[in-house]
Amino acid sequence: MNSLLQVEDLRVTIPAGAARFTPVRGLSFALEKGETLCIVGESGCGKSLSSLALMGLLPKSAEHQAERLHFDGIDLSRLNERQMADLRGNRMSMIFQEPMTSLNPVYTIGDQLAEPLIRHRRAGRREARDHAVDLLEKVGITAAGRRMAQYPHQLSGGLRQRVMIAMSLMCSPELVIADEPTTALDVTIQAKILRQLKQLQSELGMAMIFITHDLGVVARIADKIAVMYAGRFVETGTARQLFSRPLHPYTKGLLSCLPVPGKTASGEPLGSIPGVVPAFIGESSSCGFSSRCPYAAPLCEREPDLTERGSSHACRCVLASAELDELRWEAA
Amino acid sequence: MEPAAAQIPLELKGVSKVYSVSRGYFKKDGQLHAVKKIDLKLKSGEVLGLVGESGCGKSTLAKLLLGLIAPSVGEVRVHGQSYASHDRIWISERIQPVFQDPHSSLNPRKSVREIVTAPLRVHKSGDPENWDKRVTETLDLVGLPRRLMDSYPSQMSGGQRQRVAIARALILRPRIVICDEPTSALDVSVQSQILNLLMDLRKELSLTYLVISHDLSVIEHIADRIAVMYLGRIVEEAPAREIFSRPRHPYTKALLESVLSPNPELGVPDVHLAGEFPNPLEPPTGCSFHPRCPMAQGDCSGTEPQERIEGEARIACMHYDSGGGQFMADAKP
Repeated sequence: MNSLLQVEDLRVTIPAGAARFTPVRGLSFALEKGETLCIVGESGCGKSLSSLALMGLLPKSAEHQAERLHFDGIDLSRLNERQMADLRGNRMSMIFQEPMTSLNPVYTIGDQLAEPLIRHRRAGRREARDHAVDLLEKVGITAAGRRMAQYPHQLSGGLRQRVMIAMSLMCSPELVIADEPTTALDVTIQAKILRQLKQLQSELGMAMIFITHDLGVVARIADKIAVMYAGRFVETGTARQLFSRPLHPYTKGLLSCLPVPGKTASGEPLGSIPGVVPAFIGESSSCGFSSRCPYAAPLCEREPDLTERGSSHACRCVLASAELDELRWEAA
Repeated sequence: MEPAAAQIPLELKGVSKVYSVSRGYFKKDGQLHAVKKIDLKLKSGEVLGLVGESGCGKSTLAKLLLGLIAPSVGEVRVHGQSYASHDRIWISERIQPVFQDPHSSLNPRKSVREIVTAPLRVHKSGDPENWDKRVTETLDLVGLPRRLMDSYPSQMSGGQRQRVAIARALILRPRIVICDEPTSALDVSVQSQILNLLMDLRKELSLTYLVISHDLSVIEHIADRIAVMYLGRIVEEAPAREIFSRPRHPYTKALLESVLSPNPELGVPDVHLAGEFPNPLEPPTGCSFHPRCPMAQGDCSGTEPQERIEGEARIACMHYDSGGGQFMADAKP
């Protein structure tokens, strides 16, 4: 059986005068129905650009190429803008990080929610409205009928984000891409929204790509995880594999940086990764992480491939599995 | 034993701040109690963590402590002396802020040298000949390479900018630093660098911190004592270890349930908290938390809870259970 989403060697390039930036440099993955893939990485690693590329929403200045970009057997790279628009918001949809900037301030919540159903399914106003109220209740909004007549500015941040989620689910998509959907929210609301999202996901059987930098969120919702650094996946695996047996030095470093109540000793220094995420990503042959890696060796001049290190666990590092297992994160 | 007033670096006594909010031309202005009857003491050399959701009054509290706004009722004291009898210059020598977003808290048109020198100039502190030396010393202290002296904020990373903000706060050698979400705008790997730096500086300069954050994992890591705020009030205050091992107030418990530790064996928690954050212009009667509280009883909507003291902890709840973990067991269906 074919996977719902198949991506091979996805690249995003931004021409800048004579030079070219390559913020996304060859991502490959497959996503099954109902599965959650979390893409983790720090700012500037290319995680948002990859998701925009999948949705065909890259800004005009950027281009994407891929060996293969198949959604349920459809070759996305051969669709024209109109055909892509038929898919978007319909069979695949997106939840953005900033609900204030991605909702239209001059339309009511009800109008915006109904639009995808009317556009894609030719639903009548009444039908679309009923479905919208139903979904608002499902994402935990009380007095949904009253909310339909309100404008985005009348809602709190948490409510707006729930409206965004409801909107993305209007046409019961098979794939939802969520880009940091809970980052701007308070912790109690974050937990509630994530819980509702997971519930709806299993009800509707949809696949989800969840993009975040929050490792706590990742651990709780992911089936599969891809750790991204400087435009590439450096480690992929199941949630359990990555948290209990991280292999790549970057993954190890990230985990060592996290204060964990009850685990890290209060007041003791946390681990840290020296240096900063490289701002400029051109085509280079060396390992992108070598400048910050405490184990960098002359061998790291050549970037290795993402190689299997056990079933469904892969890592992009020149060191062998056994050596990586031995490594402790020791930053200067 | 009560320490002498002068030994308490910072103290809030019955502080309230009320804003008048216009509700339209024909309506009477609304009264917004941003913070309400707050008593809080910082002990010398400790880190006090302040947690709460957006809109709970954390930032108003920070502004009061910095002397940027005056309380409507009550008194703020630093080393036993009331803010009311001193000016901003006097206050800012003793207490300095580090803000959340180093992109907007640094002037983009000024170099690092100018930014970090500014407090010395404002305070006419010492001999101007020595200013450069003092700036380099402070940059060394916060781990910024000296070659960045003449760089501008736009040329630096988020972590470096936050170090500049810390250097600016420390150049006058204040005793107290108020950190308002010091790492929220930073990446994980940079967050840990800044937290480590703050902890090192605390030892080196024997600083007292008030750290405001919504991230309980961060607070747990660095704070000695934690105060939890809800709708302008402190609902619970206790040593950090106690807050995490046996939270008493139902709101504290809900906050702790929401912490997502990186454990793939656990799913997303079911937080026992009803409804939405209330409109601060029309706060609920009685205990302001009762509409969302899983343990609310009849009298909660009528009477404001009095503060109770249990050991080193203070709790503003009538029905809290001091048994700690019991709440979790009760609440399970």
